[in-house]
Amino acid sequence: MEDNTRNARYNAYVESKMAKTKPWPSLFRAFWVGGLICILGEVIKDCAILWFGVEEEAAGTWELMILIVLAAFLTGVGIFDKIGAYAGAGTIVPITGFSNSIASPAIEFKREGVIFGLMAKMFVIAGPVIVSGVCASVLVGLIHILL
Amino acid sequence: MNKIGKQTLLYKNKPCLLGGYAVVGPKEGQGNFGKYFQTVLKDDLFGENSYEAAESKMMQTSFYGAVDDAGIRNVDVDVFVAGDLMNQIVSSSFAARSFDVPYLGMFGACSTMAESMLVGAALVDGGFARIVACATASHFSSVEKQFRYPLELGTQRPPTSQWTVTAAGCSILSEHGSNIIVESSTIGKVVDWDVKDVNNMGAAMAPAAVETLKAHLSDMGRSPDEYDLILTGDLGKLGSEILFDLAEYNGIKLGNNYCDCGQMMYTNEQKTFMGGSGCGCIASVINSYVLSRMRKGELRNVLLIATGALMSTTSSQQGNSIPCIAHAVVLKRRD
Repeated sequence: MEDNTRNARYNAYVESKMAKTKPWPSLFRAFWVGGLICILGEVIKDCAILWFGVEEEAAGTWELMILIVLAAFLTGVGIFDKIGAYAGAGTIVPITGFSNSIASPAIEFKREGVIFGLMAKMFVIAGPVIVSGVCASVLVGLIHILL
Repeated sequence: MNKIGKQTLLYKNKPCLLGGYAVVGPKEGQGNFGKYFQTVLKDDLFGENSYEAAESKMMQTSFYGAVDDAGIRNVDVDVFVAGDLMNQIVSSSFAARSFDVPYLGMFGACSTMAESMLVGAALVDGGFARIVACATASHFSSVEKQFRYPLELGTQRPPTSQWTVTAAGCSILSEHGSNIIVESSTIGKVVDWDVKDVNNMGAAMAPAAVETLKAHLSDMGRSPDEYDLILTGDLGKLGSEILFDLAEYNGIKLGNNYCDCGQMMYTNEQKTFMGGSGCGCIASVINSYVLSRMRKGELRNVLLIATGALMSTTSSQQGNSIPCIAHAVVLKRRD
């Protein structure tokens, strides 16, 4: 019991002493980098429609594919993690973050072999996103049927 | 009986520190201790295929370097006592594979260097070995992979986080041949004050450091100002500030002679937040900075306290707090 009080006091003391992330600068950086990625996406989409005569829905797919490849490429050449460290959620939330979360473990674990390294570990970070995405769409589908 | 008080070992036969060697990565080479390290790598892969292999090779290199520095041959080493942070301490065991020397694997997380020296000195003091080599190594990239995220993942590090040091250090302890002796050591207890944040190791380990400091000073009947230097392993900036406060709370006044290897390892421009961590941190500093200053006579009486966080990724994911430990070793110049 005495230990519990001491531990609680200690943790409160640590909390008061430790450096915290400053929210406003982080939000600003996430906003402008994230915004820029979204603008880039829109530019890709518009170019696909205007120059290549692609239909709007297909142009959306072009946009996703190009952003994914671009983020994976930047991950491979070791630039993406630096942008991510600066922008935080600004690069994680768009599709670029998803691409990075698959490409980075793939690079990291390729030395453990293609099957059990690269392929198996590829989804360690993106896995939960995929699972919750699938679950959410099943749930929404069920609601849609019932309504 | 060579035991003093509850936790302290006093080495009556005065085992000595015959030689030492540190191998560090490029980033550490640019840090505050840069000019003291014997080998600074240009590439942290060290010509290997993986960071794990590089870590092991760094330990090997530090062993050969220390043997050379001590002026002995590999075969003169009776026992190689070593540990690291990889699962099943593979870096040490893989390094030991090429030595043809009896080997004891140690694990005390980042306290391993003190643990190895403590055991090594006891072996020499007890007459069970003439020469013992003690080593540890850690590598930023192998540790990130095992404990955190892939290197290329674009995440932000929290402001309380520390940067694992890419470094290996090896000490040669011997029956005689040097005027720097391992005078005593204090075996730490596992201390857990319910800190759960794996990105705040300094706060988790500081209570273990203060408990060992307290036990050591009380067992030896000493005060902190009797040491020229009190050096903790990798508490980092926050952890060492907490240690200061906790020590004061316990009636121990730490002065300017206290310093933390992790906090000192990097310059502010290197942006490592709280500083360095990892078992190579104190190992590389002991075998370069401390050893060279002791040899010059600038330091005569040094208390080393290496702290370690004894959690695993599994224990943390299951919501457990972080049990920590600290071992102390005293190096003394005798002349």
